[in-house]
Amino acid sequence: MERTLRDWRAVLVFVGPALLLYALVVLVPILWSLGYTVYEGSPIAGFKFVGVSNYLRLLEDPTFWKALWFGTKYALFVSAGQVIFGLALALLYAFYLKKSSVLVRTLVFLPVVLPTVAVAQMFVKLFAIAPQYGLVNSLLSAVGLESAVQAWLGQGSSAFWIIGVMDIWKAMGFYAILLFTGLVDIPEETIEAARLDGAQGWTLARFVVLPLLAPITVASLIFSLNGTLKVFDSILALTNGGPGTATTPLTLYMYKTSFTYGEYGYGSTIALTLALQCLLVTLLIFWRARRSGT
Amino acid sequence: MQRSASLSVPNKTPPVNRWAWLSRLPMTLLVLLVVFIAVYPVVWIFLSSLKGADEFTANPMWALPQALHWENYARAWTEGNMSRYFINSVLSVIPSLVLVIVLGTMAAFGIEIMRWRLRNVASLLFLAGIMVPIQIVILPLFTIYFNVHLLDTRLALIITYTAFGLPLVVFFLVGYFKSFAREIIEAAIVDGANIYQVFYKIALPMVSNAIVTVALVQFFFMWNDLLVSLTFTSNPELRTVQSGLLAFTGQYGQREWGPTFASIALAVAPTVLVYLLLNQMVMKGMAAGAVKG
Repeated sequence: MERTLRDWRAVLVFVGPALLLYALVVLVPILWSLGYTVYEGSPIAGFKFVGVSNYLRLLEDPTFWKALWFGTKYALFVSAGQVIFGLALALLYAFYLKKSSVLVRTLVFLPVVLPTVAVAQMFVKLFAIAPQYGLVNSLLSAVGLESAVQAWLGQGSSAFWIIGVMDIWKAMGFYAILLFTGLVDIPEETIEAARLDGAQGWTLARFVVLPLLAPITVASLIFSLNGTLKVFDSILALTNGGPGTATTPLTLYMYKTSFTYGEYGYGSTIALTLALQCLLVTLLIFWRARRSGT
Repeated sequence: MQRSASLSVPNKTPPVNRWAWLSRLPMTLLVLLVVFIAVYPVVWIFLSSLKGADEFTANPMWALPQALHWENYARAWTEGNMSRYFINSVLSVIPSLVLVIVLGTMAAFGIEIMRWRLRNVASLLFLAGIMVPIQIVILPLFTIYFNVHLLDTRLALIITYTAFGLPLVVFFLVGYFKSFAREIIEAAIVDGANIYQVFYKIALPMVSNAIVTVALVQFFFMWNDLLVSLTFTSNPELRTVQSGLLAFTGQYGQREWGPTFASIALAVAPTVLVYLLLNQMVMKGMAAGAVKG
């Protein structure tokens, strides 16, 4: 048996193709991308070694700092929304709807599987002002709030909220399922014991359920922040980063720098800051979670 | 899933109270509101896709369609080029799915069942891939595809989808092999089966359910992708449903809302259908994938 399991040719047959493809398309390009950060140019125009100048340029580029700030602000807002609404829904499923929650869970999860581009096009129509009022402006106008009718996606401030609302709406069902699974995994004896000790309702939730749910909440938060820091599809399809660069996160700035202006070296440098930001946020949450003893 | 019931208040026999439903009313309304918020935009898209051009100006946006203008779909399908985008999506998603499942299942088997020195390293490499943002590799990939003349081909999409799908598939299936396959597989080897027979006749049937689940998750990722298809194809003839929809609704859609809504409905239709048919599996698969990631 040992000999069969140690047959290196069989190992090669089973793992070789996947590992080779994966190495060529994912692993090698990661290193390659790091190399790009000290070059300038594109495959079409050719490359030139420029040392650390891309990094220096980063420090002095106001658009970069604006994109970094927008992306961070956006990620914090949307992740908070996704996890808080997800948690509220999970508690609703587990404590109120109980066994009959299957249908509700199924329907609330529906937006999760929809393509972001299609959802974004739908939101464009929901908030449209021209050529016709979309659903929202149409409603506002019908209840006499004609003054509140506006080009929701044409202004940086309101566009921020709409992209945020869309991404929360789209993902809350997902976090609800994740946290619900965690809730269901809490041993019933623990809940029973707390009940016998007189814990009920909010007290039960605050001092018993939520602490027990902390590990999966932390996982949700990490997952959500990593997703929202990389937001691309929804913003591209909703506002394309505009008006101006008002709703441009790092991903979109990197994409435009690279493919609109053909600056691959600088684009890679921006991509690197994005990867570092994701890593930093993840480590920070792990560290906070460990310190608070969960 | 069943144990959620145990979280309820212990059953005391409640006094008969004809107004009991009233106390439940606020929560019932809340639940209805939640479901409404989740589902209504999708219903709105579908209803709007059946409206005639004049209805968009004459009636409020929430009004029901007066007559069913199915021709919006025909126009989206032909004039809006949705038929071409559908073919492109299918021709890049289906081969990618087959490849990622075949390669991923084999790799998971090789990593978890076979005994070799660097298997932990291989396993770790795949794990790392779950966390790599695709943005960081998209520029080198563009250069590679440019140099080997793969830009503007479906093969570029297939290769990218497959490679980026592998980490999740491998991890998902390694978990399955770990949980219950080992003894049975060892018994089969003792009985004289060779490693390929073990894989094909014993291991594969054991993880077939897991394969379906992880294939579903991959289907949603691939069908919904924008970044990869946008980056590696610039020829409108090669656009997939999502990148095609983006271009289509951008210009044409400003003028004609009926066909625009129909094209959005067409873009979401496959995922909605697959989800409605297999929702429990999709939910479990996505949640498991996220936790492992």
